[in-house]
Amino acid sequence: MNDPITTSEVISQGYLRPDGRKGIRNLVLVVYTVECAKHVAHAIQANEPDTQVIGFPGCYDNEYAIRLILALARHPNVGAVLCVGLGCEYTQPERIAQKVQESGRPAEWFFIQQSGGTATSIEKGKRLVAELHAEAQRRAVRAPFLLSDLTIGCECGGSDFTSGLAGNPVVGRLFDTLVDAGGTAVFEEIVELIGLRDVMVQRAATAEAANQIGASYDKTMEYCRSVRQFSVSPGNFAGGLTTIEEKSLGAFSKSGSRPIQGVVRVAERPPNPGLWLLDSVPDPHFMQFGYTNPNDTEGIVDLVATGAQVVLFVTGRGSVIGGPIAPLVKITGNAETYRNLQGDMDFDASGVLRGNQSLEQASNDLLSLVKQIVNGCPSKPELLGHHEYIIVYKHQSTPTLQRGCRAESAS
Amino acid sequence: MLTDGMAGECQVLGEGTATQATLLSSIPRGHKVGLVDIAEGAPIIKYGVVIGLAAQPIHAGEHVHLHNCRSQYDERSASLRLEDGCPTDTRYE
Repeated sequence: MNDPITTSEVISQGYLRPDGRKGIRNLVLVVYTVECAKHVAHAIQANEPDTQVIGFPGCYDNEYAIRLILALARHPNVGAVLCVGLGCEYTQPERIAQKVQESGRPAEWFFIQQSGGTATSIEKGKRLVAELHAEAQRRAVRAPFLLSDLTIGCECGGSDFTSGLAGNPVVGRLFDTLVDAGGTAVFEEIVELIGLRDVMVQRAATAEAANQIGASYDKTMEYCRSVRQFSVSPGNFAGGLTTIEEKSLGAFSKSGSRPIQGVVRVAERPPNPGLWLLDSVPDPHFMQFGYTNPNDTEGIVDLVATGAQVVLFVTGRGSVIGGPIAPLVKITGNAETYRNLQGDMDFDASGVLRGNQSLEQASNDLLSLVKQIVNGCPSKPELLGHHEYIIVYKHQSTPTLQRGCRAESAS
Repeated sequence: MLTDGMAGECQVLGEGTATQATLLSSIPRGHKVGLVDIAEGAPIIKYGVVIGLAAQPIHAGEHVHLHNCRSQYDERSASLRLEDGCPTDTRYE
């Protein structure tokens, strides 16, 4: 399992997209634009191979949510898109489909009110999905997929004392390997990096990155104080973690040891390879901070929207969620959790805690597993059909969207 | 604690100066034990970083958790039930 790390190794044949990024899956994505269209969208997707659903529940549109939908719909793992609206809502399925077509992907859309209601809309949607599948296959350009083509996101949830000692450090070591090979690594949850301002700023690659990290941290602290919510839960406490500061230390270890290139915001992709911090915390605006970040699924969706083809999820207590578009890989450093939830867990990092496996060995084994998943092997959540998603109303300003290579795809 | 610990002697692993501790009570797996006496309000340090402040005086060998360690930032930290971490400050009716 201890593969030597070579940057020229071809892991698989990926799907080369017109924007130059490469996918590891060629999915059809069904997007609904209001809660009223959710049932029809899911019924269209049911039993269709390589087809997934995302959607936005609100009737009033929201620029943040639209940016997030567009980032997901043009993700490198997505080959074609079907947008389904009811017909009353602000969010426009036609404009989403148009943007997707401009990215070089086939896309269709329709309103349920103009398609005869539930039954005929499902029938129409299934026919369109089959056509989109065929078209996505026909347009597929296969190209060698290298480690440097890979963006990996990492999130942790249901953390316990093992997360900071085994699960997260193993991912941190893998992130170092990925960054050294020219790939891109994204970690997030600034709400779980409380008390670490100085430690993070010291890891900044540039003065500009240091400013970005400091500004995001300060906003996050203000947000947590305003909404009276720090990201630590009864399960964390029962697992031996006493405060948000203690949990944060463990969470930060998933970032590895390489310099932090800067901060990306939701729906923005890193302008160059290396290690990046994702800021998904709402910006203050006329509704103050709005609602709080609700759960682990939101963090996973935000990581996918950076363009991550694979997302790693470190859990101590255990979790049974999956993610949309990018395979989610479940890692636990808790041997008991691995035994109890073996059908859901992809990787057991507990050997590191027992002292019978080094961090290096565990990280190499995890990398081998990631390569298999890149090569088409389904992760456990994929096998179980877990593709949870959530898109919420939120406000984030977009000054950084004009940065680097993002500018050309932001129009 | 790497395993559930009973009151009494236990070995301390790692790079710190302490090699031995005497547990004053049983401490569950994954939980923390004070290695030195800590005064009320003094910082509690883990991995070399302050993870909270002592909410009351803590003796060496004592279980360190929700009842005697509070966050510097999270005001709800002081109202959590020791046994399971559940909040006690939310009304259900």
